[in-house]
Amino acid sequence: MLGLNKRDFTLLLIVVALAMLAPFLLNPFPEGSAMAQFNAGYPDLMQKFVIYGIFAIGFNILFGLTGYLSFGHAAFLGVGSYSCVWMFKLLGYNVMPGILLSILTSGIFAYLIGVVSLRRSGIYFSILTLAFAQMSFALAYSVLSNPKFNLTNGETGLQVYSNDPQWLHSADKPDLPHLFGLSMRATHEMQLGAWQFQFNVGYYLCAIIMVLAFYLSIRIFRSPFGMMLRAVKSNNTRMYYTGLNARPYTLAAFVISGMYAGLAGGLLSAVDPLAGAERMQWTASGEVVLMTILGGTGTLIGPVLGSGLIKYFENIFSKINDSVLHSWFSFLPDGMEDFMVTIVHPFVGKGWHLTLGVLFMLIVIFLPGGLVQGGQKIRGLFTGRTEAEQAQADANQSTPAE
Amino acid sequence: MSKSNFTRRGLLKTSAAAGAGLALPTYLSAASHSGYTNAPSGSTVTLGFNVPQTGPYAEEGLDELRAQELAVQHLNGEGDGGMLNTFSSKALKGNGILGKKVTFVSGDTQTKSDAARASAKSMIEKDGAIMINGGSSSGVAVAVQGLCQDAGVIFMAGLTHSNDTTGKDKKANGFRHFFNGYMSAAALAPVLKNAYGSDRRAYHLTADYTWGWTQQESIAAATEAIGWETVNNVLTPLASTDFSSYIAPVLNSGADVLVLNHYGGNMVNSLSNAIEFDLLSKQVNGKNFEIVVPLYSELMAAGAGDNVKGVIGSMNWNWQLQDEGSKAFTKSFGEKYGRPPSNSAHTCYVQTLLYADACERAGTFNPCGVVEALEDFDFDGLGNGPTTYRGADHQCFKDVLVMKGKENPTNQYDTLEIVEVTPRAQVEYAPDHPMFAGGELGKCNPGA
Repeated sequence: MLGLNKRDFTLLLIVVALAMLAPFLLNPFPEGSAMAQFNAGYPDLMQKFVIYGIFAIGFNILFGLTGYLSFGHAAFLGVGSYSCVWMFKLLGYNVMPGILLSILTSGIFAYLIGVVSLRRSGIYFSILTLAFAQMSFALAYSVLSNPKFNLTNGETGLQVYSNDPQWLHSADKPDLPHLFGLSMRATHEMQLGAWQFQFNVGYYLCAIIMVLAFYLSIRIFRSPFGMMLRAVKSNNTRMYYTGLNARPYTLAAFVISGMYAGLAGGLLSAVDPLAGAERMQWTASGEVVLMTILGGTGTLIGPVLGSGLIKYFENIFSKINDSVLHSWFSFLPDGMEDFMVTIVHPFVGKGWHLTLGVLFMLIVIFLPGGLVQGGQKIRGLFTGRTEAEQAQADANQSTPAE
Repeated sequence: MSKSNFTRRGLLKTSAAAGAGLALPTYLSAASHSGYTNAPSGSTVTLGFNVPQTGPYAEEGLDELRAQELAVQHLNGEGDGGMLNTFSSKALKGNGILGKKVTFVSGDTQTKSDAARASAKSMIEKDGAIMINGGSSSGVAVAVQGLCQDAGVIFMAGLTHSNDTTGKDKKANGFRHFFNGYMSAAALAPVLKNAYGSDRRAYHLTADYTWGWTQQESIAAATEAIGWETVNNVLTPLASTDFSSYIAPVLNSGADVLVLNHYGGNMVNSLSNAIEFDLLSKQVNGKNFEIVVPLYSELMAAGAGDNVKGVIGSMNWNWQLQDEGSKAFTKSFGEKYGRPPSNSAHTCYVQTLLYADACERAGTFNPCGVVEALEDFDFDGLGNGPTTYRGADHQCFKDVLVMKGKENPTNQYDTLEIVEVTPRAQVEYAPDHPMFAGGELGKCNPGA
């Protein structure tokens, strides 16, 4: 269906269901309960899940298929964000022109960087992309943000002011990013017993775009073009010997994944109209690499899972402070309580990086194929098939699980 | 390749669910039960304390959090009541706000606009915070203030010293108690003239963001008015930790004063670097070389240790002030945490109290009611003498302290001494002053 085989179509349906039902799935604990701390079903975080999902899906097209490890993808995310906010400033708050321009500019940007960086492969390619991204960051952070020529507004971040032109803005439109009058912020709250679920317009827009992006990535994975990209990964030299020029293919993959990143950046601005330079920093580039590896490089759904996991840790674990810990362990005797809090303290709150680091190590050591491999193992327990058999089955479906 | 074993029923079910999910938000616009965002429904009201817990301003942020916890205690009638007893408005009874017990959630701004907004959004959307308070960077304050305006909650700024916060970036839902770059410059200039003369050549190192820019602009204008010359202004990235490469050129520039428009960890490092280069013992143009730090804080002074001796700067408040409010606050903070509060702690504490008081006087948590109650509100007893929240730009006007690094500190907290309390009249300016022009307050936004 839709040009997909049965397995892929099932996968697509799963992604659609996950995306559409996320407000329910992410809020499993009733409001006011002790576990409500772990609820993730609020608009901002759900938006981040799908937006970074798009970012990681695009990154996986480059890294998962061709094996070229770009360490500068955050630059495209940032370029997309800035483009979108500039559209808000110039045209008005409708998100469509902003999102389209962010895809376009990041595509052009990716082409320029790709032409230079792809002259090298392996570690040299990674370093070149990293250098370009850090240059873009420096440009956005200070060079292009002096009071005389302010393209990016530096540290404060680019935002919309009431004296911006906004040529297409009219008084009947909301003074916030909107889709043809439908505010991105509009949220319907549904109260079901003790549970509260939030349905946010911005989230659903991002979710629909994520599903489309996911569908496109399946088609790319299964296309002859995708096959060529895999050939680049498995043996670039042999490809050249057979008379094929790999460069146009890798460049196309680079530009496509750059456009995905730009789209994600544009959406970030669409749901929250402020673009900061730190989106372009190397830590942000590293994050998408982590997301992809954590979820499963070269798999279709892996990057989406990986990005969800990282964003969950960043937003939920980082908010657990000492007073929350004390309330958890309050059933223990005083000395024990303090002891437990001291033990757990370094791993939550601002120490969430530590927890994530430990988790990342465990996954890379025991599940080199990422969360997707974990899922296969669990499935194997139920179906009785071994991992090797499943890998075989997957290979027949031409899904290489890295 | 479209083999599918899906049953018709299964497919219908899935698409119906997906369709319903899609359609829900379109025909139901924002839910509005009470006319404003996060109206407290139960017996508690939640405040959001968004402070830097990591990054160059982490020290300040943690001190802010201490003060905010203390403020919540006092509002709920626990502890000794602190400044509630000295505050000129007697609306607060120590039974929470409007009879609701105050609870709070905290978040980490990381001193980054993006992270700060994400943290504030999660407090508003997930935890139902009705007011956001705190922060130690103007870049963050401007970003979060914009977010609060859009979301329809009140933003009580913490430490933010850029002119822009209540200048071109001012917002109707945002309020600033802290002073700003212009006020620092106006208070410092006469003192600098007395101390160092009117024939000086100044070299500026400036943190490269809204606060650094506007403070540098203000200081340069004020010092040029007393006859100083500005030799150069070099912008340094906020994330820098080593300033040696910026300090070295100062010596060859012919400047005899170094103005460090730095704050927090930045200032500690740049001042230490300057001392390592032995700038203070140099003679240039026949005069002693001097360093000025326009915005001071106890935490920075403690971090820089001996290096601050004799260095002049300005502050919003200091625990050594001897009025009743300051004494009460310093006492209850000291009893709880065993240390005197910093001026960032003070401003966050006062902001929380002012918000609570405005809610009480307005009789509602509705942001528009709170804005009305705070605009042009005159109060006293919160440590800064008679103070006004100006309605035109939501900036507080009060006395400014000029400070100096103490030559012979008696203990680790006794690092600064008060040189002068500059009266409020000297630091006032018109709302449309060129350094503050360009923005619009807009209308208060109650959100939903």
